[in-house]
Amino acid sequence: MSRWNEEFFIEKGLLLTAVSSIIIITLIIVFIFKEGLPAIQSYGFINFIFGMDWAPSSGQYGVFPMIIGSLGITALSLLMAVPLGILCAIFLAEVAPARMRKILNPTIQTLAGIPSVVYGFFGLILLVPFMRIHFGGTGFSMFTASIILTIMILPIIVSVSEDAIRSIPQEYKEASLALGATHWQTIKNVIFPAAIPGVITSVILGMGRAIGETLAIIMVAGNVVQIPGSIMDPVRALTSNIAIEMGYATGIHYNALFATGIVLIFMIIILLVLANYLHYKKKVTVGGGYL
Amino acid sequence: MKLKHGLGLVLILIIATAVYSTIITEKQYERIDVAGSTSVQPVAEALAQEYMKAHPRVKITVQGGGSGLGIRSVSQDIVAIGTSSMELNDNEGGKLKEYVIGKEGIVVAVNLKNPVDVISKDDLRAIFTGNISNWKELGGPDAPINVVVREDGSGTRKTFDDLVLKKTDKVKSDAIVQISTESIKLVVEQDPNAIGYISLAHMSPNVKAVKVDGVYPSMETILGGTYELHRPFLFLTKGEAKGAVKEFLEWCLSPDGQKIVENEKIVPVAS
Repeated sequence: MSRWNEEFFIEKGLLLTAVSSIIIITLIIVFIFKEGLPAIQSYGFINFIFGMDWAPSSGQYGVFPMIIGSLGITALSLLMAVPLGILCAIFLAEVAPARMRKILNPTIQTLAGIPSVVYGFFGLILLVPFMRIHFGGTGFSMFTASIILTIMILPIIVSVSEDAIRSIPQEYKEASLALGATHWQTIKNVIFPAAIPGVITSVILGMGRAIGETLAIIMVAGNVVQIPGSIMDPVRALTSNIAIEMGYATGIHYNALFATGIVLIFMIIILLVLANYLHYKKKVTVGGGYL
Repeated sequence: MKLKHGLGLVLILIIATAVYSTIITEKQYERIDVAGSTSVQPVAEALAQEYMKAHPRVKITVQGGGSGLGIRSVSQDIVAIGTSSMELNDNEGGKLKEYVIGKEGIVVAVNLKNPVDVISKDDLRAIFTGNISNWKELGGPDAPINVVVREDGSGTRKTFDDLVLKKTDKVKSDAIVQISTESIKLVVEQDPNAIGYISLAHMSPNVKAVKVDGVYPSMETILGGTYELHRPFLFLTKGEAKGAVKEFLEWCLSPDGQKIVENEKIVPVAS
């Protein structure tokens, strides 16, 4: 009796922990929709998504410039972080001597552990003046924000990609080398293609962090609601918009901030689906399983 | 099953401690919650600290969150005193009682290297709406003016906009937005072409205060009424204040309280 009971409780307990994330995300989405939909309804879906002006004091709630801002910052930082991260991961997994790895790995982990406000402060104190002096303008720009983001997502991309590359079976490498391929040819033609699903996962995780980052972006992006004419123009991200105005918002403005959250959730869902599809397309099947 | 008993015991203990401590605090302390404007927060904290020293049976907690939050939470009875660093609009004002505990100046700050010392109110309006965009037009060097403002909703911004801009004016669309007085100061300190507004209490020698219409911002000029850019610091209660809250508010407006207000570089209300 007591043994059966124990089995039952442990089983159900584990089930509960497993579905808790589903419950939490459902609750969050329901709450955000409940708070956000009134704004979209009263302001109009098209006006809200494609509106060019965000001026809560005069009742204008168009988030299009911020959608562009979020996407722009994320794309630009991925453009810099992905090649850098993947090459670094290949170096760590395949080329680096053990001693060097012992120094590099903890360094990269430390980079991942630094709080975002510290990155933001670093950006505000050092990077912004640097950009102003060398590229003109105010120094607050989409480019400045993406440099900070690049540093922030680099450790994620490096460590997850490195694990993916490292988990490629030794036989692949041995077979390739035995056929007379050089080390670089092996990396390029065998190891990296086999590791691509893991690398894509690392990029997804990095992208998630980049699009959700708020505080560091607030400090260096300039937070101007406009569609940037160049990468040197200041922008405002969707996340920043919520954080900046939440403290003051009342009434429809408050709802509009939640609606901004809805837009953000949909953007992330679309990007995740896209990335998962890529992941699925690129997976390598070996025997019964896949890597 | 042992585990279950253990868990139950822990749960009971936690609940017991929670209940016990609430009863104890209820008995020993009179609790006053204060929440609202981040600008008012430092002076409210100073007042609370001093008051609690003299009245050990009163416990005052001070939270930030913004003027909007202060107004909202006091009208919803979440806190006893809401704080605001901007005048209430007619809509909000009706149900709430206002206590002006001090006035704070708003300083227009530029970089120390900037030769411009005096800017008229009309020129300020032109700068922040984008009609003047080069320091040359104000007698400075031939360089673009980098305008730094606070976020929409900030008490400092609302006050500045109300006092300097006309109702139909829109702030220059490419003005950099910073979310605190300190970060505006930092930008102005670093960028020789920047201009921004900060509160007088946060003024420090690493940026330069501009004379507005020829008047230098200081406690004296605000008290004398010659410096125009200032705003009230408000304590708000829902309806008439009672009991410990009333005593605290009265003390804040007494000479003792006003001295602390002055120490925080906030202009005391002339009594």
